[in-house]
Amino acid sequence: MTETTPSRRAVPLWIQIVIWVFLAGLLALVALGLSRRQQGTVQPGEVIDDFSLTFYSGYELDGKTEIKFSDLRGKVVVVNFWASWCKPCEQEAADLQQAWTEYAPTGEVVFLGVDYVDTEADARVYLKKFGITYANGADLATRISQYFRIKGVPETYFVDRDGVLRYVQIGPFSGVDQIREQIDLLLK
Amino acid sequence: MKAMIRTDVARNTKYAILFVLLAALLASIPVVSAQGPTPTDDDVNKIAKKLFCPVCENTPLDVCPTEACRQWREQIRQMLIEGKTEDEIIQYFIDTYGVRASGDPPNKIASYLIPVTAILLGTAFLLRALQMWKKPKAAESTVPAGEAKQVHQDEYFNKLEDELKKRK
Repeated sequence: MTETTPSRRAVPLWIQIVIWVFLAGLLALVALGLSRRQQGTVQPGEVIDDFSLTFYSGYELDGKTEIKFSDLRGKVVVVNFWASWCKPCEQEAADLQQAWTEYAPTGEVVFLGVDYVDTEADARVYLKKFGITYANGADLATRISQYFRIKGVPETYFVDRDGVLRYVQIGPFSGVDQIREQIDLLLK
Repeated sequence: MKAMIRTDVARNTKYAILFVLLAALLASIPVVSAQGPTPTDDDVNKIAKKLFCPVCENTPLDVCPTEACRQWREQIRQMLIEGKTEDEIIQYFIDTYGVRASGDPPNKIASYLIPVTAILLGTAFLLRALQMWKKPKAAESTVPAGEAKQVHQDEYFNKLEDELKKRK
């Protein structure tokens, strides 16, 4: 009589390949997600893709109530992300408005206020409180902030005449001089 | 006579009370229909529970302590007063703040299928690894066990016989 060990059924090769390919794909997805999270905001030197912003009623730019970013080529664009619930945004609100009143008459600079995850009623109170007149609109479905990969508010992006991002300000400005400095560099 | 006066007074008082009650009721009708029922915190939180704060990760809106969440809860209350349904309110939040405001992932099949498949595959791998660990290859012997025992016994037996022969 012989003593035999029960034989193990080998998994077919094609199943093994499918499993390993699936696992590799899963790992690649996780790695991609992690790298995206750690990527930070869009970086200076990158060309900003097109996006559209619908303004709150009462706000307009060149007579339009909605703009496409690509329509602003040839102008220096300052994109400011803010929210009414954001206390640091209040620190720079008056400085941004002052800078806008200084540069608006030149016609070479555009300020865009992008209101991040906010309620319109509270946003309006905020805009009125700081007397903000430059074009402002809600970041619907957070599409714009997702594209810029913002980490919080306030954040401000300075884009040159060719649509290339040149400077990113994380957090509030120290004063109106800091805003002027960046704009003047791009106007040269 | 006194009894008649007392009856009149009682009747007048009854009419006065009825008049006051009727007047109060009439006065309250337009107020109620203009305002509608004010949603309670529970009504608001019932919907807020299904939404997430898009600023702080993984925090349901009903328990989120930030100013932003307070504003959004107020927005829910306003929409309830306007007569919006739960589905309409949730859809508004998704449209305005993006899918991450909702507890439901946008691509349900991929969101549930991938982790479930990964768990199943992982479990299968683990079980297989344990199985292999328990029964290492060395256990797979092709030598008949009885024969091996026989060989071993014969050797011993031969040795014993040799020893006995020597003693003789």
